[in-house]
Formats: sequence, structure tokens, C-alpha cells
Amino acid sequence: MATLKDTKSHDMGLHEESLKGRTQQRFFSVDESSNLTYFNSFEVDTDKTATIDALEMTPREINIEIRELMESGVGSITVDNPMSRHGVGVGILNRLNLTFNDSLGYFGCGLIDGPNVHIKGRVGWSCAENMMAGTVLIEMNAGSTFGAAIRGGDLVCRGSVGARTGIDQKGGTIIVGGNTGAFSGFMMQRGRMIVCGDAGRNLGDSMYDGVIYVGGEVEELGIDCVPGEMTELDVRYLTSKLDLYGIKTPNGVEKMNKYVSGKMLWNYDKLEPSEKKIAL
Amino acid sequence: MCGIAGIIHKKGVTSENIGAQMTSMLQALKHRGPDSTGYAVYGEDNGNQIMRLKVAEAIELEGSYSIHAEIADRIALVDARLAESGAKVVKKENATEYAFRYELDFSGDIKKLVDFVEDIEGVEILSIGSTLELIKDLGDASVVSAQYGLDNFEGTHAIGHTRMATESDIDIRSAHPYWAYPFSDIAVVHNGQLTNYWTHRRDLERKGHRFSSNCDSELIAVYIANKMSDGVDLETAMRDSIDFLDGVFTYLVTTKDQLGMAKDCMAAKPMVVYEGDDMIALASEEIAIRKLFDHQIHTFDPYEGEVKVWQH
Repeated sequence: MATLKDTKSHDMGLHEESLKGRTQQRFFSVDESSNLTYFNSFEVDTDKTATIDALEMTPREINIEIRELMESGVGSITVDNPMSRHGVGVGILNRLNLTFNDSLGYFGCGLIDGPNVHIKGRVGWSCAENMMAGTVLIEMNAGSTFGAAIRGGDLVCRGSVGARTGIDQKGGTIIVGGNTGAFSGFMMQRGRMIVCGDAGRNLGDSMYDGVIYVGGEVEELGIDCVPGEMTELDVRYLTSKLDLYGIKTPNGVEKMNKYVSGKMLWNYDKLEPSEKKIAL
Repeated sequence: MCGIAGIIHKKGVTSENIGAQMTSMLQALKHRGPDSTGYAVYGEDNGNQIMRLKVAEAIELEGSYSIHAEIADRIALVDARLAESGAKVVKKENATEYAFRYELDFSGDIKKLVDFVEDIEGVEILSIGSTLELIKDLGDASVVSAQYGLDNFEGTHAIGHTRMATESDIDIRSAHPYWAYPFSDIAVVHNGQLTNYWTHRRDLERKGHRFSSNCDSELIAVYIANKMSDGVDLETAMRDSIDFLDGVFTYLVTTKDQLGMAKDCMAAKPMVVYEGDDMIALASEEIAIRKLFDHQIHTFDPYEGEVKVWQH
């Protein structure tokens, strides 16, 4: 096992690996703060709360209601009875505490940048697709393409997820408390995926970069995905990350296996500043 | 894209309004396929054979003045051939001018009977069985349900389909479910595309199986029928189908007392499953299952290459 001496620390106290075609992660620089302006992002007060009963509402009406509440400064919103509707909780570009007291359908919480979302039920396909920052915590199971193309934040499912988890993942962390299906980490480009249970076949197929940790059995590795060396830093990272969400692995984080890209398909050394763009 | 759904009530539950339950699920999946809707519902076994057939396509009624007389002629021929085959008509109903339901007192060779009746031009037997009734037509679930009086259909299990036509025409012939001719009480619905359809169709036709449409999904029904004719049980046939069928698919099969589900090895087509104490409900999207429950339920996605069979 490698030691912490083999790694460098970011001057903000965070970890940064050297750019060698392995995991590359950079963090927000205060110098860029003036660029972080979004249309349709709002200043909210998390002490101001509101509840929406979505039983008779369409997804569009739910999303508009959330937006109007944020516009009025409400920072903690609870949605009752979303009843597995599709495309709910999408496009939220500011900090917000958002709770769904039920399950969501397809494309829930996609294209978000900043909110902390708690879903007390299950989610359908493509939850948190293209998520940029924030956290999404799902208490039950999730469908396929969980966290497709996410760029940042923590996407956490306490249960099991379907196939193609983290397909095209470009950053952030995906945590699965249970099992994941085939083609998880397919074309992964950056970020971390933690699977506490088993992983289906073709794990990390055609991955360019990033790291996948698996606590259980891997049915089969995909092309270009190879076992990596677990370091003390990995153990520390996994411990703190899983503790944060109260998730346990069956055999402890020390027994988890690490998987990385086997060859340098492409080296992403031109990272976008802190994964954020100026909205013009 | 198409939507599929299934329900099976476990043993002990003798009868539920399975028609209304399936209608609410299929209506929730309307956005996955607005072209046609189909049901395979399993009712009470009263000892008779239920035969559902159509004697024309819905669209034919719009384009011909002579079709009404032709339909009358075809039905007269059906009646004559049933009598000739020794099938006594206990009850005869029609939901539309072209869709008929026969209740038959018949214990002979089903294949022989079906072949004889289907030899009449324009006649297609949608299903035959002691409990299965297969209903399919153009329009969404609310339209088809109202047309065929499915809001009060009591039964134990059912599968259904909302179709977005991609591989073949928008007509009743290409709508799902498909009956696994000539095996009574077996039906199939499918979501996906099969890429080795023609190769296998030619093989199966050489073995004497009949295809009534050009829809790739029919291959699954015929494949299951072929396997069963070799004495293979449903679950084994479904497991073998994962390698046999090429493409992306999730399909459901029902028999007189079973509901099965199979998913391709890429898990490319969705399926959500609810397993309760009294019933199993599954659908392309959870939103359809939630039409049966007003509270949060525990559901899961089956994995790639997974086959599951539930018993009534």
C-alpha cells in the first residue's frame, strides 16, 4: 500500500493527484468567484421553509412552484406526493434544501448545481444527470444510468442501482450502498464511484480516467479497466466519505478493491476552472 | 419506445378487477406509445374455450363500402367452420364491427381449429384459451378499455402494452400482445427491437410455425411456442431466449397461472418491479405501478440478463 508521502496536498488543504492520466481533481479557486453568476439562481434563506403537495400537480407545475419559492427566498422546500413523476427537481442552480417525501421517476434532479436533495423513496432512470454540484441522497433503490455524465457533487443511493451507473461520469462522486448493474463506469472520464456491494459485468468499460471502488464481487471488468493499488489515502477518503452518509461496506473499506483506467486513452489536462462556466 | 406492464395476484386472491388495474397502468404509460394498446387478461375458467378474433383491420372500415358485407360473410364462414370442427358456440359477442369474442364448448385439437378458421381471408385469431382473453386495438388504454368493456374485467393476472410503432405498421395485427399460437393461454408483450428477427423467423416458419404480422416482437411468442412444443418449461425457455434473441428487449409472458419477465444482457430497456405479499406489479416505469398504490412502495430494477417467473 502506498503512503501519503506519495501524494501532494492542495494549498487549500485538499488532495490533488498529479496529472498522469489517472484521477485528476481540482477545486474551486476563490479568484474565480466573480464568474459564478447564473441566470435563474436565487439567494435563499435555509431558515425559510415551505411544503408543496404535488399529488395533483404536473412535473412542470412542481418545478415552477419550486422556482417561485426559491425566487421568494425560501431555502428549505419539502415536496409531498411526487408519486414517481418524471423530470422533477431539475435545473436548480443555487443552494437549497430540497426533500421529496416519496419516489421520483425518470430524470429526477437533473442539471442541478448546488442544492442538497433528499429523496425518501426510489428514483427512476437517469437521476441527477449532468449534476454539477451539491448532494443528492436517495434512501431506496435507483434505476439505470444513475448519475450519467455528472460533473461534480455527491450522488448517493443507499440501495441498489441499475445498469450503466455513472456512464460518461466527468467528475463528482457516486456512492451506491448496494449493488450496481452492468456497464457501470462506462466511458468514465473523471471523478470517483464507490460501490459497496457487487458490480455487474463490463465494469469501467472504456473508461478514460477516474477511480471506481467496489466492496463486493465484480462480475467482469470492461476493456481498459484494471485493478489499481489501494493507498492509505484511498482508505481515508472512503472512510470519511461513507461515514458522511452513514453507509457501511460489507467487509470494511480496507477490503474494497480499486479500479482505474488501464491505459491513457486521453489525458484531460485542460480542466475547466472548478467545473463551472460563466453564464453569459 | 413502447410501454409494457404486468400484474399477477398471488394464490388466495381469486379475482380482482384486473381490467381496470391494467387500464390505469397502461394509461400512465401512454407517453411511451400512443399508437395502439393491448391487453392479455386472465379471467375465470368456466370450462369453455374463449376465442378472440378480428375479421378486419379497423382502418379497412374507412376505405371500403363493401367491407361491411365482407365482414358479415367472414363471420358467417367462421360460424360454419366452428360448427364443422365440432366447436359449439356457447356465447358470441362483438365489441366492434370487426372484433369478436366466442365462448366455445370444444375439446378437440386447437391448432387444427385455429388453422381452419384462420384460413378465411381477413380473419385472425388473437387468442384462444380457457382463461386468456387478448384484446388489442388502436388508441390509448382509456379508448380501448371503453370500447371492449374492460373496466369491469375480473381476473387473476394480466399483461398490457402501449405501442409506439417503429418496426411495422400501425394496425391491430402489429399491436401487442401476441398469442403463442397454437398454445392456449400464453401471451407476450415486448419493449425493444430484435435484430435477428428475419433469420429466426425463416427458421421457425420452416418448422411450421405461423407469423401473423411483420412485427419483430411476434418472434418472442413464436419462439416460446416452439420451445414449449419441445417440452421445455416457461422459465427455461425464457432463460434460453436471452442468448437466442439479439437486440434490446424486455418482455413479459403470461400463462394460465404464471407471469414471467426477461431482460436482455445489456439491460437496455427499462423495467421496474414491485413484489408485495399479495401481488406482483411491474412496468416500464414506476409511475404506472403507482396508479395502484397511493403510498410509497419498494421497487427495484431487474438486472441484465435476468429472468423472473411468478406464480398465481
